[in-house]
Amino acid sequence: MATTEINLRPADFKGKSNPDWCPGCGDFGVLNAIQRAVAELGFRPHEIMTVSGIGCSSNLPGYINTYGMHTLHGRSLAMATGVKMANHEMNVIVTGGDGDGYGIGGNHFTHTARRNTDLTYIVMNNQIYGLTTGQISPTSSLGMTTKSTPFGNVEQPVNPLTSAIMNGATYVARAYSGDVRHLSELIQKGIQHKGFSIIDCFSPCVTFNLTNTHDFFKERVKKLEDEEHDTSSWELACEKAMVFGDTIYTGVFFESDRAALEDVEPVLKEGGPLSRRELGLDKDEAQKIISRMM
Amino acid sequence: MGLGTYDFALAIGGEAGQGIATPGDILARIIVRRGLNLSTYNAYQSIVRGGHIFLTMRISDAEVENHGDKLDLLLCLNQDTMDRHQRLMGPGSRIVYNSDSVTPGSHDNGADLCGLPVGELTESRNRLVQNTVGMGAIASLMGIDFSVLEESLTLRFQRRGQEMVDENVRVARAGYDYSEEHFKPFDQSPPDGGKPLAVWSGNDALAMGAAAAGCKFYAAYPMSPASGVLHWMAANARNLGIMVRQVEDEIGVANMVVGAAQAGTRSMCATSGGGFALMTEAVGAAAMMEIPVVFINVMRAGPSTGVPTKTEQGDLWQVLGASQGDFERIIVAPSDSLDAFNTMPEVFNLTDKYQCPAIVISDLYISEGRFSVDPDLINMHPGIDRGALITEPSDTDGYLRYKDTESGISPRALSGLEGYVHLVATDEHDEDSTLISDEFTNPHKRRQMVEKRARKFDNILGDIQGPVLEGSPDADVTLIGWGSTKGIIDEAAGSLNASGVSTSCLHIKWMVPFHGDEIMTILSKAKRTIIVENNFSGQFARYLRSETGFAADGHIRKYDGEPFMPHHIVDGVNAQIAGNTDKYVPYQEITV
Repeated sequence: MATTEINLRPADFKGKSNPDWCPGCGDFGVLNAIQRAVAELGFRPHEIMTVSGIGCSSNLPGYINTYGMHTLHGRSLAMATGVKMANHEMNVIVTGGDGDGYGIGGNHFTHTARRNTDLTYIVMNNQIYGLTTGQISPTSSLGMTTKSTPFGNVEQPVNPLTSAIMNGATYVARAYSGDVRHLSELIQKGIQHKGFSIIDCFSPCVTFNLTNTHDFFKERVKKLEDEEHDTSSWELACEKAMVFGDTIYTGVFFESDRAALEDVEPVLKEGGPLSRRELGLDKDEAQKIISRMM
Repeated sequence: MGLGTYDFALAIGGEAGQGIATPGDILARIIVRRGLNLSTYNAYQSIVRGGHIFLTMRISDAEVENHGDKLDLLLCLNQDTMDRHQRLMGPGSRIVYNSDSVTPGSHDNGADLCGLPVGELTESRNRLVQNTVGMGAIASLMGIDFSVLEESLTLRFQRRGQEMVDENVRVARAGYDYSEEHFKPFDQSPPDGGKPLAVWSGNDALAMGAAAAGCKFYAAYPMSPASGVLHWMAANARNLGIMVRQVEDEIGVANMVVGAAQAGTRSMCATSGGGFALMTEAVGAAAMMEIPVVFINVMRAGPSTGVPTKTEQGDLWQVLGASQGDFERIIVAPSDSLDAFNTMPEVFNLTDKYQCPAIVISDLYISEGRFSVDPDLINMHPGIDRGALITEPSDTDGYLRYKDTESGISPRALSGLEGYVHLVATDEHDEDSTLISDEFTNPHKRRQMVEKRARKFDNILGDIQGPVLEGSPDADVTLIGWGSTKGIIDEAAGSLNASGVSTSCLHIKWMVPFHGDEIMTILSKAKRTIIVENNFSGQFARYLRSETGFAADGHIRKYDGEPFMPHHIVDGVNAQIAGNTDKYVPYQEITV
């Protein structure tokens, strides 16, 4: 993985700009946790690419000192898959929000899990659309009153964890951004995991979601590590992931060693990253192509 | 064009599932190995079984880039084909059919009816056997030696065992011998054209051109008529070290390709108009982030699902306006299969140099047509120029991804290099990628960045070949076309010139950047200008007018899903000279 002898500190991963998030926003904890995770793993900034979509949380690549792509709303996983395929030696971290990932980007979420591309996807789930000033998101609770649901939300939220597990993700975790140490550990494990890692992180919006607040989560979160949870069982993982009430579990729900896309893609078997290869065609191969046309 | 000593067209009609592709492919191989030129158009529908398929193959010792005006030989694999097309077959032509199952109708226009008692000849109940018997009869009628057909059948079927080869040769021989005995062959047999040629489709050519250009990442969602590019890429990916991904939707395709291009590979995707509609947001993303990406839109008849298996030049305004905002893109419409091949390395070099998206517009006619090509003209090792690309690490600081240079082009670092850590963003950004879109919106920086991106295109016209008038500048008629219609228009102009109507041709390939001044210099001297295009509203005519103020004297437009045939254009020109109309819409005689 990392090649450095000089260990960098989390502060070395501070980006050029300061976050423009609201004071108290859960996303600060996520940014800190990522910076801490990559520093502790011994990475250097050029070894990482952070890719995001659009939304408050998707501004994160501007605040971290790594290669970055701040892409389109919902398209971070597709862009990140392209990056990873073109340079599979790059460590690719994908960040974004619940609307970006589970709403507009839902199709890519499903299929990235299925492909098991080696990406670490950190979703800052605040259960609301914040940047557009407060409408329901795909993870908003039933009954929630917002600008787009003045009489209460009548639609059931998606469950990103069970969906990820069912679709083939091989590292499925949940965190709460108020516990930076725990989140950072989960991110480190996610980065070290070979395959698609999803860390759904409750990251409260202090401005537009007055239901799912820091206090709401502090009272409820319970670490699976304290429960002797068997992470190899998808049934047990789904059972735990469905709990959302007085108790909300965090930690690693599910892990599997199913081969990542990079390892089953024959073109990547040898020759290094695609982006570093010779562009011209092999003379014999080119001649064979012409011969087959005759 | 079409002025060879041998010009022969045959058609094979039947329904999907009757195996028309096999005799078509075998005959195509025979023709190109003999060094003759070939242009094939397959009319079909969006069904896997049934319907009506009509494969037209034109063979000539001169170059042919269209399927021509006439049919000399028709092979009917079912009654429907006979019913539909018998009336089109005039004196001197031949209709070959299985007389056990197909009965000629009353539309007799003088063709020789060549019925084959397939059951009696083969004693086989395999329903595909009539194709091979038919091939035997075609070889006999055309004057192709049986040994040539035998060799081709052997090559085609040897992978499936000697028994399969023997059976096919046996029934082909039966058809050949029966034909020799009962039917009158054509007067002229295919000459020897000399050097053997190769055969490819336009989609093959686009894919091969991209591979030769060093495209290492290709993503797609299947869509007719662009799927051929995916199939070629998938079949050759492993040997050429190209990664091919079939993705969940065209949105994923386009964004994946942009991501791969940002990481540093030459990347491409192909689709048709509907898929391209889904890709368009990513086109703008590539422009804003200044990432070189190649998109191919193989047009089919629209709008919406339209007629999925039919051709049209209906997406020009779609690609011109693809994605929100005001930005620079390259748009090019190759004019034939070899041009499609050669365009790809050129477009990849341009997108790398100018760090922008490029859109190649093809259509069903070029992309799914199969054409002969001189293998020596296929340059699999074209020049590759990646422009201002930084590929080595550095220990200096202060890299600015969007540095405001004189040319507007900012050196682009491969992702992962030490010393060049940077962000790219779809939000408007500063020289160092700091977002200026949200909190710190700054009109002066915004203007600076808009102008920086636009400035890249200031001198791009100098990098590409401008349009050239073919024929006399004093011609009475100047035909203006774009994209896939070139071969058809050129042939029509040849016929018009031969009939005494002096005609020149101006064919436009590059849509953006557009050689407006050069085009005006040519057209301002033209006597009667007629724009030919495969759409209803005159998309190119309107574009030409918007860019130059030039309004053509007349138009020939076709929007029934079928491609032009040369005589459609000849008729259209004559009708306009006669003063009957200034907008001619030809009647499609072959109904498929």
